[in-house]
Formats: sequence, C-alpha cells, structure tokens
Amino acid sequence: MNPEASEEAATQVRVTVNGREHRAITDVRTTLADFLRHKLGLTGTHLGCEHGVCGACTILLDGAAVRSCLMLAVQADGASIETVEGLAEGGQLSPLQAAFHRNHALQCGFCTAGFLMSITAALREGPVETDEHAREVLSGNICRCTGYAAMIKAVLETSMQLHGTRAAS
Amino acid sequence: MSRPGEREAATRAPAAAAPKQNMIGAAIERREDYRLLTGQGEFLDDLDMPDALEAAFLRSDLGHARILGIDTSAALELPGVVAVFTGDDIRPMMKPMPAKVAHPALQEMPRLPMALDEVHYVGEPVAVIIATSRYIAEDALELIEIDYEDLPAISSTAAALAPGAPLAHLGARDNIAVHVVQRAGDPDAALAAAPHVLSGTFAITRSGGHSIECRAVAARYDTVTRQLVVWDSTQAPHYARNALASLYDMQEDDIRLIAPRDVGGGFGPKAQFYGEEAVIGWVAMQLRRPVKWIEDRRENFISAMMERTQTHRIKVAFDDDGTLIAMKDVFEHDQGAYVAGLQVPMITLSTVPGQYKIPHIHTELYSCYTNMVPTSSVRGAGRPQAVAAMERMMDRIAEYLGLDPAEVRRRNLIQPDEFPYKVGIMFRDGSPLTYDSGNYPELLAGTLERLDYDGWRRRQGELRAEGRLIGIGIACYVEGCGLGPYEGAKARLTNRGEVLVTLAAAPQGQGYETVYAQIASDALGLDMDYIRVTTGDTGRIPFGQGTFASRITATAGPAVLQACQALRARIFATAAIMLKVEADNFVFRGERVCLAEDESISVTLREVTQVANVGKHGITLLRGVTAGLETQAYFAPERAAYASGAHAAVVEVDPETGRVTVLKYVIGHDCGTVINPLLADGQVLGGFAAGIGNALYEEQFYDEAAQPQTTSYLDFSLPSSMEVPPVELFHIQSPSPLNPLGAKGAGEGGTIPAPAAIANATEDALRSFGARINEMPVTPPRVAAAIAGRAPAAR
Amino acid sequence: MKPPRFAYHAPTAVEEATGLLADYNEDAKVLAGGQSLIPLLSFRLAAPGHLIDINRLPGLDQVERTGNGWRIGALVRQRTAERSAELAAAVPLLARALAHVAHPQIRNRGTICGSLAHGDSSAELPAVMTALDARMTLVSAGRARQVAAGDFFQFHLTTAIEPDELLTAVEFDSPAPRTHAAFEELALRRGDFALAGVAASVTFAADGQVERCRVVAAGVAPTPLRLAAVEQIVAGSRLAAPVLAAAREAAYREVSPTGDSRADRDYRRHLLSVLVRRALCAVRSEREDDDES
Repeated sequence: MNPEASEEAATQVRVTVNGREHRAITDVRTTLADFLRHKLGLTGTHLGCEHGVCGACTILLDGAAVRSCLMLAVQADGASIETVEGLAEGGQLSPLQAAFHRNHALQCGFCTAGFLMSITAALREGPVETDEHAREVLSGNICRCTGYAAMIKAVLETSMQLHGTRAAS
Repeated sequence: MSRPGEREAATRAPAAAAPKQNMIGAAIERREDYRLLTGQGEFLDDLDMPDALEAAFLRSDLGHARILGIDTSAALELPGVVAVFTGDDIRPMMKPMPAKVAHPALQEMPRLPMALDEVHYVGEPVAVIIATSRYIAEDALELIEIDYEDLPAISSTAAALAPGAPLAHLGARDNIAVHVVQRAGDPDAALAAAPHVLSGTFAITRSGGHSIECRAVAARYDTVTRQLVVWDSTQAPHYARNALASLYDMQEDDIRLIAPRDVGGGFGPKAQFYGEEAVIGWVAMQLRRPVKWIEDRRENFISAMMERTQTHRIKVAFDDDGTLIAMKDVFEHDQGAYVAGLQVPMITLSTVPGQYKIPHIHTELYSCYTNMVPTSSVRGAGRPQAVAAMERMMDRIAEYLGLDPAEVRRRNLIQPDEFPYKVGIMFRDGSPLTYDSGNYPELLAGTLERLDYDGWRRRQGELRAEGRLIGIGIACYVEGCGLGPYEGAKARLTNRGEVLVTLAAAPQGQGYETVYAQIASDALGLDMDYIRVTTGDTGRIPFGQGTFASRITATAGPAVLQACQALRARIFATAAIMLKVEADNFVFRGERVCLAEDESISVTLREVTQVANVGKHGITLLRGVTAGLETQAYFAPERAAYASGAHAAVVEVDPETGRVTVLKYVIGHDCGTVINPLLADGQVLGGFAAGIGNALYEEQFYDEAAQPQTTSYLDFSLPSSMEVPPVELFHIQSPSPLNPLGAKGAGEGGTIPAPAAIANATEDALRSFGARINEMPVTPPRVAAAIAGRAPAAR
Repeated sequence: MKPPRFAYHAPTAVEEATGLLADYNEDAKVLAGGQSLIPLLSFRLAAPGHLIDINRLPGLDQVERTGNGWRIGALVRQRTAERSAELAAAVPLLARALAHVAHPQIRNRGTICGSLAHGDSSAELPAVMTALDARMTLVSAGRARQVAAGDFFQFHLTTAIEPDELLTAVEFDSPAPRTHAAFEELALRRGDFALAGVAASVTFAADGQVERCRVVAAGVAPTPLRLAAVEQIVAGSRLAAPVLAAAREAAYREVSPTGDSRADRDYRRHLLSVLVRRALCAVRSEREDDDES
C-alpha cells in the first residue's frame, strides 16, 4: 500500500503568490492549503472541511477560483496564486473588503477569505446586478454566522463600484 | 453642581457627559474586521507555533463495545511518531468530567477523557498519537490495533425505552439519564374536564453546530514556572480551565487558558468540555513539548457534540374560543452516550408554554442514554423543539375549531401589562419561571402586517384554484437568556493612558472588541479610541462563565458598565487631587481629563497613570490617591431575562417533488435594548440561516447499529446563500428590568421558531390533502410521503 | 483528513503515463482535476501507492470538432466546456447538466473525463454521456480502444477502465437536427448530489413524431440507467399528455433504487418518475417554441 521509502518523498515547488515568487521544498502529499498556510506562512486561507464543500480554502490559481484543499502543492508548481493577503494594496482595503466591513458581512471571519476570493473571481468576469445573481456567486461557499444577507449587499455595492451603474433590469 | 448635558445623560444612561455620539445603540463598524478581512486573523491553527507537535485521536468505530486490548507498538515505530497514549496510559488524569448542568435525580454515567474499558459511541476517543506532523499522526492511527467485543447499541430513544432494551452503558440501571416532571396547576384534572383536547406527536431532529472552524486546542508547559498555557478554540475559557485544574489536580492559577482572539464560530458545541482538551494539556506536560490538536471535519461530524432527536407527545386542552386551559407534553430526549450537561432538555422542559397563558401545565422529560455522540447545546439549545411542539398544536387547534391561527394565538398571548409574568413552573436556573418584560401582541401584529398576512390568505385561495399549494405559518417563542450565575469584567487605565477592558467572556464573531468598547465608552464618557477590549484569557481575569445561551450582552454588558463607572470615579478622584481642586465634575476630552466648568484645567490620562499606577520610586503617593487604577465587577442577574419573537412564513409546496420553497419570511424580534443594531441584526439573520437549516436541510443520521451515516458534507447539507431566503426583520425593544442596560440576548432568536414556522406553513399548504407534517426537518421525501398519506419507508 | 503517503509521478508524455500505469497497475491512480480523487485520499478511502498526475500531458486539453461531432480531451475542465459557446449551441444537454455540477470552484479544476472515470451513479455527466451515446477512448501501452457509454459504466464508482489504461477523451456525435434535450434533477441543495436526475435527448421527424430518443436516469441504479420502457413509449409519439403520463408510469415501474439517509427507495422512484415527465414536457415545449419560430 505505501511506498517502501521510510522518508517522505519531497519535491521543490516554485510558485508566485500575490506577485511574489516563492520556492520551497514540500512533501508530495502536502495539500496546497497546508503549503500556503504552514510553509509560506500565509495563514489567511483556512481549512473548514478538507473535502471541497465549505469553500473556506478558496484561492485563485492562474485567475480561477479553486479549492486549495483539493490540490496538492506540487500541482501548483509554476502557477500564479492569489490569496486574501494580496487583496488590500498598501494596507488599504479593496472595495470588496471595504464593502464587507461596511455591511457587517463577516462575524467570526473564518470563512471570509474564501468568500472574498470567490467573489473577486466572479466580479472579474463581469457585473453582479441582482440579488439572485449575488446569491449564485456566493453559493459555492458556506458561512455559519452571517446568514449571507449582508454579503449580498456587499457584493452588489462592490459591483456597482467596479462596474458602474446597473443596466436596466 | 451639574451641567445640562450631564442631567440629560443621567436619565438616559450612565453619566456620559461628552458631546459625542451615544455609543450604546449606535451601529458602529467593527474593529475586528481589518485583520479578518486581510488574512491576519488569529485563529488557533494560524498562531505561530512551529515547534508544536501534532495530535491525532483514534476513535471508536463501534457504537458500543468492550475494549479487550490495544496494541500501539507498530504505531510507535513509525518515524515521526513521538508518543502514543491510551486511556490506560493516562490513568492519573482519568477522572469523570461532571455534567455541566445536572439534576439531583440524574443517573450520571462517568464520562472519561478517553475511553478505558468500554466505548459508548462511534467517535469516542480511545487513543492519541503525537507526531511531528498531522500527516504522520494520521498514518500512525492506521497502525494501532484494537480488539473490541461488540455489544448491542442503542440508536434511538424509542430503542432506549423499549422494555427489555439492552443497556447503552453496561453499568447503568437502565437507559434513562433523568426523568423530570414540571407541573403548574392541576393538569390531569383540567385535561379530563376540558371541552376539547387534541393530541399530536412530533419528532424534531436537530443537528450540529458546524462552525466553519472545527475544535482546536494547543498546550505548552513551562518547566521553570511549572505553568501550563492552553490555547483553546472554546466558548468557555474559565469552565475549561476549572475542568483542567480539577483533572490535573493543579492550582487554577497554574493553568492559563486562552481562547485565541479569533475563534471561528462556536454555536454551542465549543461551550462544552471535551476529553480531547484534557488529553492535549496533559500530553504537553508529560512530553515537556508543545502539542496541538486541530480537529478535522470528519472528527467534527462524529465527535463534536450536537443536538439530536426529541419526540414530543403533546396534548392541549382548550375551550370553544381556542383559549388554552391545559397543556401536557411528555417528551423523549436523545441525550447521547454521556450527559455532558442537561441544559438542552431542561430548557425544552420550560420553553414549551411559550408566550401563552396556560393555567395548567405538565411538561415531562425522559432524557435517554443512547450510543451516539453526547448531546449538547446547538444554537437554539432545546428551544426549537419545544416551540415546534407548542406551535404545531396552536395551528391544529385553529384547524379543529375553524379559526384563524393568528387569532387563536392572539387570544392566548400574555399581555404587556402582565409582566413580570410567573408561568408556574421552574426554569433551569432554579428560579420560578418568570418572564421579565415583553410585548407579544405588538410583535405578532408587526410580523403579520409586514408579511401582509391578510393579503396572503386571500391569495392563498386564489392560487389554490390554479393548483399552487401556498401555505402560511406562524411561530411565536420566548427565549430565556442572559443567564447567571455571573459574568465579569475588569477595567484598568493602563500606563499608556488608555482604558483596557478585560472580559472573561470569549467571542466567536459577536464583536466583543467593538460592542464592549461602546458600552465602556458610554459608561466612562470617554472616546472609544482610548478604549481597548481584551477577551477570553483566564490569566487576565480569574472568574468567568462563558459565551452561550445568548447571555453575554446581558451579563458582561452590565459588568463592563459597572466596572467602567467605578473606574471613571477613580480617575476623576485622582485628577482632582492632582489638580488640587475639590470637585468631581470632570469630563474627558480626547486624552485629557478636564474640569467640567473650565476645561483648560486638565491633566492627561497618562499623567494620571503616572501618579496612581506607576508612582515615583520611594516617593510617597499623593495623599488621597488610591494606588492602581483598576476596577472589576461581576454582574449576577437575579434571574434569566426573556427575549421573544414572532416569525411568519409563506411557502409554496411542489406537490410532486415535495420541495418546499419559502416565498416570504418575516422576523419580529425583541431582545430588549439593542447595543449595536448592525451586530444585533447580524446575529438574528445568522441565526435564521441556522434555523432554515434545521427546518429544511440538516439532519444527522445514525443507523440501527448507532453508526453515523452522515459523516461529510457530501451527504449532509448546510444552507448556502441559495437556501436562505431573504428576510424582513424588525425589532421592538422591551428593556429588561434585570440589568442596567435593559439588554436581553440576540444570538438564538433567528433560529428558534424557524422549524415550527416552516412546518406550520407546509401543513397549511397541504391542508386540502389533510397531510400531516409531524417530523422536522421538512425534507422533500417527508412532504411527498405526507401527501401520499404514508410514513416514509425505512431507509 | 490528510492524504496517506504515495509516490508522485508527473509524466509529460502519454506513453510515459501508460508506462507508469502498466508498472503500477492496481496500485496507481490517475490524478486529473482531483475533485473526486483528493477527497477520497483525504478520507483515506483510497490509498494508492502511486499517483499519476496527468496534468502535464500535452494535447489533452482540447474541445475539438470531429467529423460527426465532438471530442473532449481528458484535461478539459468542466468550466471550459461550460463556457464554450459553440459546444453549448451544438450540445445544449451538456451545458444544462454542467450547471448542476457542484459549484464553479469545483468546475474550474474538475474535468469532464475525470467525472466519467470516477463513475458516480448520482453524477450528472455519466448520465449525459449515456444519453449522447458517447464513446470513451482508453489508451494503454500498446493499444487504444473505444468503449461505448453503455458498456463503460459498470457499477457505482466502477468503470471499464482497466488498471493499466488512461481515459484520454470522450467523443460523441452532434445531435441530429430537430433534437431537443432536457436535464432535470432534484438535489436537496444547489450543487449537491442529485437525489435523482434525468437526461433526455429526443430527435423529432419532420412531421413531429419522435424518431429517436434517449432517456437516462441518474441516482436510481448503480450506473446511469437508460429507461428502455420509457423510450419505447415515447418513440413514434408526439409527447402528448397521455404519453407523458404513461412515460411517468413506466419510469416508476422500471427502476428499483436503493434508499439511503437522504431519500428512501419509494421517494426516489416517485421523484424519478416526476422528473422523467418534466424532462419530456420540457423537450416538448422547446420543440413547440421551435415550431413557432
């Protein structure tokens, strides 16, 4: 069942995170989430379920929102990753982060990073102008604290800010 | 002599004389947010502990079995494994962990930190591996060999109570943990004599807390000071610290238990004390190395405490008007394998009467041992079940008499001028159940108006003609909250010239760093910028109870208020001496303490601390100054406060698939004085999402062998944004006379009546079929079965 | 929930991959999107000694037109297929089903072929590929073969893929003209595994009669299940109300699903029959709209 070697197989992973290149040795079975958190010290991304459903671990890999708990670190070799730590430029909250703050769209904050990354990806694709669409954008992440209402407002406000006024609905 | 501003302030709140925003009641944005939004949260596994070893627990995979032998030798040999401990290996520490809430008649079976001879539920910790990484620890788990002797397992309360049932615990007398009866009046006589009596049987399955952060605990022992520091993702730091001190036989001050600044949700399960918490601390002391255990979701599903099924057999007696005469509810509660605490069923016991005047009451609890994970509070804590039973019957009464369900409720509501209202039975805190304040008719009216109840009744008929099944459901509830025994706070003017408020309580997202700074600001009359709040550390404040049962605003709030009022007086007294004036009319202006009538006469906060805190080495303290500007207050409420609410739902049922869709939902909420509306709304709406989960989606199954069937989110559903409907929420404020803030609790009101409201609405939609909704959650298979007139087939 | 140990291989040529599969055989698992495999590893429900990561293999990430239809390579992400306007226009059934598959974050990594190779009987894509009469290309050292969908799915989580074979592509013909399709499912929550699902693809003759149809059920059998009795009733009809009612009846009688914690047996049968009727009704509506325009 397990390989013969008593030492874990290790490999080097080179990855750009939030614009900065990192190079580190990791075991081949280390998940991308654990690699980001414990090898690179970027603990903003969290683990809530480790089987891809809760979304707390969502990051952007080459621009696409993915579950970092469902990837091996070694699979990210050569990729460009964005995590929550990269959203605030120069310490200034991004429009989305500011909208979350204004609307009280976070309580315990554990799921927040995953939501911010999922929403960031969605808003890059285009505007989100209705409650229904906002709900869909949020549907791939789970929050147990807020009940989502404040997040919906935050998404719509941010879309307005980034994409301009709503088209006639 | 007082100034106009002060006089006004005195009538509205503590003496806040500053010309600035009144903080209590203000929707202040949270201080916590910046770090949480930018990925700098300080959750336990985010803390920098690179030298910590990691633990993994081997857990029973049988519901009930004797442990014949455990062989850990292969596990020990795996490179990277530092130690392995079984229950046997930690005997000095293996004492029973007492129930958090007990009862004189409780048949308490010992709950040990790890199993010793017998396991009683799938998920019970049996051994622990300590290794250099969690990955290796999990590898080692697979190398432990255990020899079990399978024993019959009890997988439901019905099985527990069946005549000749096997024992969930071999050493027990039977499977009843406790049997409690509460009575008011003469219910049996009243039921016998009443013109109308209706019965109903309802089964309500709840589920787990499923905070997105699972449990976590880390410990480090300092061999020099011989003190243990434990970081614990807990809702109850002092409770946990006290438990550890008892288990380890250590002085309480030699254990410092800290809830990290950020805890990723609690909702009840983290307010309990678990064997894992005891084991990790002990291991850290044995190995003299820091150790941490980060629970994973699989463990959380099978070993974090949850609430499970209650079956209520309820009878109501009423007259031709629908006026309630008597109520008798006998219910079975699935307590699980151990009584970690009786709070859930005891709360159910006293919550059933709700907002109604009922002269004769009989509530009766059979708390049953089963071979499943122990029950403990999950948001709502036994109240959703009670509300479901009573509110379903109110609708049945209306149907029976051909009356409108809202009208039947109106006729029975306790009126606003009847407070304080003695229900006639006891509450869990041992005092006679007394509702402090409320306005139930206004709540109900407000909810129904916003729902457009009359409009929907009309539309319901029209739409039925089109073949659409629309239903309207109402559910009213009361919520005992703000519980004692006490909660504490300290306030100190630090050497940096800021006020540090130290709460014993620990937050999991409720915004304590903000809310208590607001309260402190008003109590002191000092700008919030000069106030900082710290929480959840037994090393900073010796006594506390914990965050649960929506109690902190009503207890820690007054404690902060009182501590800060006292500190304000001390600061002013010190300033007066420093300034050589005889006065206590001071105000804070920014960082200055100024004479009210001449603000140019002032000292800075820092200067004050120099005098009273720091002093000058060897120099006598100024005469009259009391050294050390720190105060503390422990607020002990006289009894529980009562929040209340009224929910109403409009649903549509798909008659073919049984799917229930919420078309409209209104929440009327009364939690007394609202300290921060932004946060209060967040609590109610968050609670509502959990309530929708209980109403429609969440159900954790065990099979007949007491094997959990839902062990991941692939077979268990938490509501996402698609499943939580929009809600219209309004507040009324009936301040509580039991604390100076007038505050009650806001954490659970969104959850409590949701299953009842949805079940009522669903049955209303199906009235033409005569279908009965007797089980919650109201899932499509159950609805389809109800429509077809049959019970759902065995799974 | 950390994965067990394994040796990791990242071949850069298909021959290398199949060579590794030949060497390690049953002790190897192919890693593509990982959205199904990695949870299995995390739960330690699978512990292969060797993981063959095929993400570096060239030429497998294309959605290509073939003579009669389409070929989707092993590394085509579900999201890529979902967003291909061409594919959606040509094969609407696939696009509609993809919208139900988990969430975008999963579809960004998960592959079409990976879902097929996983072979979950409740999943959408196996049912869709069965309705499309798709053919799976299986490559091993020294040989390639095609297996029809009907033979490919053998049991829940079991397919025709031999331990030394790699699924490199799925191919299917474009639907004939006058084909209308529908996908219906009911899951407890958006994105969950369906309690039951139906993929229907119906081709009409010029005169409006059903010339050919495929009605495939998901979640009621160990594999996607072609509802032959339903197809028989529908063939030659115009999907009028009595036919839909009969089809529903037939579907109910044709399946014997197992129950589980989510839904009991009776409900699954009942639900499936409802979804069959709804799918066929949707097909008919689409055809009527088409007729009018």
